[in-house]
Amino acid sequence: MNNRLKVLRAERNWSQGDLADKLEVSRQSVNAIETGRYDPSLPLAFKIAELFELAIEDIFVSPSKEA
Amino acid sequence: MASSPANRRYNKRVIVLSLLYAAFLLGAVYAFKHHLLSGPAAWIAAILPALAIIGIFAAIGLYLVEEQDEYLRMLMIRQTLWASGFALSIATVWGFLESFELVHHVESYYVAVLWFGGLGLGTCANKLTIGRGR
Repeated sequence: MNNRLKVLRAERNWSQGDLADKLEVSRQSVNAIETGRYDPSLPLAFKIAELFELAIEDIFVSPSKEA
Repeated sequence: MASSPANRRYNKRVIVLSLLYAAFLLGAVYAFKHHLLSGPAAWIAAILPALAIIGIFAAIGLYLVEEQDEYLRMLMIRQTLWASGFALSIATVWGFLESFELVHHVESYYVAVLWFGGLGLGTCANKLTIGRGR
């Protein structure tokens, strides 16, 4: 699933490791989510959204709305 | 596999169980070779190496229960699916070949060996598909 995670992370000058620590997941998880190779569960998606103080749909692009 | 607290516990359990397996197997081979065991003791000695292998299966199950990182958990689940498919497929094909007397008999514990080999195959599959992250 496409997402803006990398951009949002870069805006805050966070490394993948920093984001992983904040989300309490592995850096590999952050990498897989950022590159769209893994779609997070709903609880993890909410955790990401709450960390960035955004709605889930502001971070993740709905597959039905992808060009 | 990435290192997480659950992964570290899993590694410790597998190392201990592997050492136990080696000790039980060497002990059983020595005892049977020198005809030291009979009756219930022989059964126990023969089963102990299998129990250590079963312990490794259980350690994988415990890892899946304890792993808090959903992505790492999914990678291990994919590995076990590859392992199961690989081991069962070869065992099934071999079983038919053996039934028709085209190949010789192979001890059934080799299914476990195939399954552990399948875990390695699953690791490769993960790296080639979703697990490319460094």
